[in-house]
Amino acid sequence: MLETLQTLDRRWIFLAMFLAVAVPLIMGTTFPEEPSDQVMAVFDAVENLPDGSNVVMALDYDPASEGELQPMASAFTRHCALKKHNIYFMTLWPQGGPMIQRSTELLENDYPETYKGKYGTKYVNLGFRAGNEGVIKLVVEDLKKSYDTDVQGTNLNDIPLTKNLKNIQQVDLLCNVSAGYPGSKEWVLYGSAPFDIPTVIGCTGVQAPIMLPYIPQQLTGMLAAIKGAAEYEQAIINAYPELNDNLAAKEGLKRMGPQLVAHVLLICLIALGNVIYFWERKQGTS
Amino acid sequence: MKRTIPLFISAVTGFVLIGTAFIPKFVDWGNDAMAWFNLLAAFAFILGGGNLLKMQLQKISAQQPGWGYAAVTLIAFFITLFVGLAKVGVNPSVKFPEFAWSGEFQEEGSAFWWLFEYIFYPLSATMFALLAFYISSAAFRAFRAKNTEATILLSIAVIVLLGRTYAGVWLTGWLPNEPIIGSSGITYSDFHLPHLSQIIMDDFTTPGMRAITIGIALGVASTSLKVLLGVDRSYLGSDQEA
Repeated sequence: MLETLQTLDRRWIFLAMFLAVAVPLIMGTTFPEEPSDQVMAVFDAVENLPDGSNVVMALDYDPASEGELQPMASAFTRHCALKKHNIYFMTLWPQGGPMIQRSTELLENDYPETYKGKYGTKYVNLGFRAGNEGVIKLVVEDLKKSYDTDVQGTNLNDIPLTKNLKNIQQVDLLCNVSAGYPGSKEWVLYGSAPFDIPTVIGCTGVQAPIMLPYIPQQLTGMLAAIKGAAEYEQAIINAYPELNDNLAAKEGLKRMGPQLVAHVLLICLIALGNVIYFWERKQGTS
Repeated sequence: MKRTIPLFISAVTGFVLIGTAFIPKFVDWGNDAMAWFNLLAAFAFILGGGNLLKMQLQKISAQQPGWGYAAVTLIAFFITLFVGLAKVGVNPSVKFPEFAWSGEFQEEGSAFWWLFEYIFYPLSATMFALLAFYISSAAFRAFRAKNTEATILLSIAVIVLLGRTYAGVWLTGWLPNEPIIGSSGITYSDFHLPHLSQIIMDDFTTPGMRAITIGIALGVASTSLKVLLGVDRSYLGSDQEA
């Protein structure tokens, strides 16, 4: 038996991982989540703003990390929509434009009474600008030096939401969803920390340890990986029970099923690998 | 001369940007410098494209192994560039209907949108998803308890992996909220896997990362000063004076 495992073709491991992810995903298995204090800090930051507040939604990720981050971006957007906040979308990633499109579609389709046909008065898409942290430094000082038009080419002075907005120090909250550089760290270093802009973020699991030192001083809260997204969705559902029947509002919760089985499989593989290792050592072959 | 001018520009811009943090009068200068920086960053895309062309053409002309992939890269690059620049399939914007190219290049239904949604998006997502397969294979073959440090790392990995899913609740959710020994303050429920996972993040990862971050910041500050004072010229390509 151990000899067979010693020379196990890795394609069997790939098949096991494929099934571990695919089966719970197809079955739509979900598990109860209890929002942690950190996630509740993010929830409260959005929830406690008066209805109709101004929120910058900076979505700095691409399709590669969409699996992990889109549920967060959707949850942030949904929560802001429930509070009827005014939303300014922007991205520092060239591939971020279509990611913003998913959120604007969510606003228009799921909350038509507040956002349908309200482009420019309830939400605006500033799109992508090159320059990484340079863009952040400019938008916190002088927005129109970096963005003179929105994504459709309309001058910001002709858009009601941006007409009187000098810089994003004037907004009530900054929400950032990021997959790396430029992203959350740059927003904290050049945006929120020097100007005390209340900021919440959502980031990948890999990025989470890097961002932990900034909580709670520079960052109000953080959603870490798909677990953070699932807990945030649960917090929103707890506050707005009508979302319980909305499957689109449970994307993160649905992805915790595959995560559970994949993690258990990983632990089994590590344990099995170590059994083989110690067996080999006993045999004197390692 | 060709080194002195870049050094001068770097030093002046750098000190102006430092000045903006302390002197309100410098804020507008700093904003102008950043606006210039953003323009340069946009031009960097052209340099990036040029570099891509050069590298791939070199591979093709030298018939290096895998040169066919270089050819595919170039073809994809030119198709995407053409479709984006020519705004193929883009409708004029409502605001400027008289200008054929006034629409948004990424608008739904355009050729660029099609390329992004049906080629770039699935390829990019697939590449990232493949990580799960390689991680599982690596976990089986390389994650060994070879020594004390590796064993500690392994144990922590298992706690975090279980604690970040409902498996942690299943396995340890039954532990009662009762003190273990008298009035020590430690309860059985302190050993819930999600709780242990949180302790690892809060009490070990955060201080560790804080120390690393402060160290990096000090390193960045000293390197930046060396660049601004012209001591470190490696960013110009060589230490040799021209």
